[in-house]
Amino acid sequence: MAEAQGTYNYTVIRQFSVMAVVWGIVGMLVGVVIAAQLVWPELNFGPYFTFGRLRPLHTNAVIFAFGGCALFATSYYVVQRTCHARLFAGPLAAFTFWGWQLVIVLAAITLPLGMTQGKEYAELEWPIDLLIAVVWISYAVVFFGTIAKRTVSHIYVANWFYGAFILAVALLHIFNSAAIPVSLTKSYSAYAGVQDAMVQWWYGHNAVGFFLTAGFLGMMYYFVPKQAGRPVYSYRLSVVHFWALIFTYMWAGPHHLHYTALPDWTQSVGMVFSLILLAPSWGGMINGIMTLSGAWHKLRDDPILKFLITSLSFYGMSTFEGPMMAIKTVNALSHYTDWTVGHVHSGALGWVAMVSIGSLYYMLPRLFGKPQMHSVKLITVHFWVATIGVVLYIASMWIAGVMQGLMWRAVNPDGTLTYSFVEAVKGSYPFWAIRFLGGLLFLSGMLIMAYNMVRTIVGGERVNAPVLVPAAQHA
Amino acid sequence: MSDFVNEFWHWYVVVIVLVSIIGCAVLLWAQSLHRPASNKVESTGHVWDETLQEYNNPLPRWWMWMFYLTVVFSLVYLALYPGLGHFRGALGWTSAGQHEAEVAKVDAQVKPLFDKYQQMDLRAVAADAEALEMGKRLYLTYCMQCHGSDARGAKGFPNLADKDWQWGGEPERIKETILGGRYGVMPEHSQLGEETIRNIATYVRSLSGLPGDPARVAKGREAFNASDCTACHGPDGKGNQMLGAPNLTDKIWLYGGSEATIVETITKGRNNQMPAWQEFLGEGKVHLLAAYVYSLSNTPERR
Repeated sequence: MAEAQGTYNYTVIRQFSVMAVVWGIVGMLVGVVIAAQLVWPELNFGPYFTFGRLRPLHTNAVIFAFGGCALFATSYYVVQRTCHARLFAGPLAAFTFWGWQLVIVLAAITLPLGMTQGKEYAELEWPIDLLIAVVWISYAVVFFGTIAKRTVSHIYVANWFYGAFILAVALLHIFNSAAIPVSLTKSYSAYAGVQDAMVQWWYGHNAVGFFLTAGFLGMMYYFVPKQAGRPVYSYRLSVVHFWALIFTYMWAGPHHLHYTALPDWTQSVGMVFSLILLAPSWGGMINGIMTLSGAWHKLRDDPILKFLITSLSFYGMSTFEGPMMAIKTVNALSHYTDWTVGHVHSGALGWVAMVSIGSLYYMLPRLFGKPQMHSVKLITVHFWVATIGVVLYIASMWIAGVMQGLMWRAVNPDGTLTYSFVEAVKGSYPFWAIRFLGGLLFLSGMLIMAYNMVRTIVGGERVNAPVLVPAAQHA
Repeated sequence: MSDFVNEFWHWYVVVIVLVSIIGCAVLLWAQSLHRPASNKVESTGHVWDETLQEYNNPLPRWWMWMFYLTVVFSLVYLALYPGLGHFRGALGWTSAGQHEAEVAKVDAQVKPLFDKYQQMDLRAVAADAEALEMGKRLYLTYCMQCHGSDARGAKGFPNLADKDWQWGGEPERIKETILGGRYGVMPEHSQLGEETIRNIATYVRSLSGLPGDPARVAKGREAFNASDCTACHGPDGKGNQMLGAPNLTDKIWLYGGSEATIVETITKGRNNQMPAWQEFLGEGKVHLLAAYVYSLSNTPERR
């Protein structure tokens, strides 16, 4: 044990990093399949491989399997290195890896079988929910335990975000998943009617806010300054935007339920807090991008930095778009259309996936004892393929979404609808084909990454870096 | 109706919403007080993981003003619109009120149009090209989900473009069907036993000229006449539109004409419902819909 104290625990990070790439490919493949099903409906093979069952599999796989593994990997890496301490409770950390993989495999089995609670981004049935809760609490113990045994006095900003993400997701998951089981594979929500809808979107929007934002901002605060070799732009800005972000996100859920049975006052409160959320979100983008000031030239030939900075641009764009879509008048047009799907993917592909990919490219050679990835050129190829993929995806969905919204609301002089629903579907086909192509490009980028990763690992040595002594004035 | 069981929750919402919004502004203000005297960039002096450091640049001004602007907007919005508990907002706006106002506006606008046709005989409306266009648009909004965009129906949903009618094809009768809805019931007959049911199914198929074992057809005819089948479908199997009992002799099948499907229909029975539209659409729209549906099988050349 005394010997083990001498190095960081990289084993669990290696495991999560490799699985992040694997699950990224699986989740995005399912995404490409369901995109194809919209263009060619005959690709629905029932009942197990229909759109309705594969869509939750896609969302769960990319958010919780790909995003989750990337968050576990990077948080374990960052918390050890910025606390100058080996990970707390090694066996428990190993349990979080195997437990999380079991959750993912169970999801991949039960969702095509049609076992679902029917709650968006929380479809998994109650036994799996319990397993998630146990894994997540273990994760919190490992993470905060490491913070507790840190050998530096100040907690680095990345850890604030990871910590907020871990705490909030535990809270959200446990409250949203409360259900009354009737059998091993079937349960009913503990909430009814509009309260149930409100709890779901309190969870749903904060799944975006904490799982897909706060956690990845933690990633950004470590890997951007590291890769750029520059100090973080502003500590003060990080204080304001951290507290404002985690406080305000909790209120924004009702904007998913505009013009529904939710009381008007709740909708208004959700809308104004969504607008207030713009500045705290942009605070993170500014802090990331401005960190590069004085080192802009590095963007030219560092593809990892390209990934990281592009992800921040998409983050800024999505967090501008989000508050706009939360305005009731805009929402009346955008809601239920592909605009929402485009918005989600500019966040999910542009921000979440790209910042994860950049961070993984940073970590992989360091975890496997190589000076750099097998091929830096392939990282550049991956960057361009992925960027073109995202742009095709979101541009096609914007056009399709606005078109659908306008077609649905168009009215003849006699008060009848100008277009029947199926006409809007027909009009969407070309854009769905472009979306399919965009998704296919993004998936191809992940395959390039997998090849690059395997070549980096082969012949590499599984290093566990020594725990560093904190800088002298800081110990 | 209030959303709150008592005044406490109203004030609870008012207070936490206002404190939260103003709290954001206070946080921002408190953190913006610190501005360095010179243009020299300071660092916080902490170092993590060999190289990680932080500058302590002041908050960007444009960003601060954007933040303040959203806070001010929010306060103004909550003064004008509902949001602070049961305070209705200065404009008195509600989403239900907005919906009602929009519906009333459109209704007032289109009423003369529908009134004009409602006073005309359905057959005359069915001959009016403009009325049929309106009827078609209504059909494509409210009816195609079940009867299909070409009105040719699906399993369990009648084809409206042929001359076969469950409840009668006179235009007035169609209007009655749409206004009040229909509830069609074929009772289950499992008590007849598997063998007899197969015989009856074979006989029913033979009424439409479909092939089957002659011995079974004969036994089936006997069983058909002896049972309560004739009560609704008539001794000749031609059905009864007063009851919605289908004609069994016309090769048109609502649920399918295979022996297996007919056996299932007889054994388990069928329940089917056409919803009533009077309340939702109003008679003016139904009048046009009835004329449109009538026109589908009564085009000038087919009349």
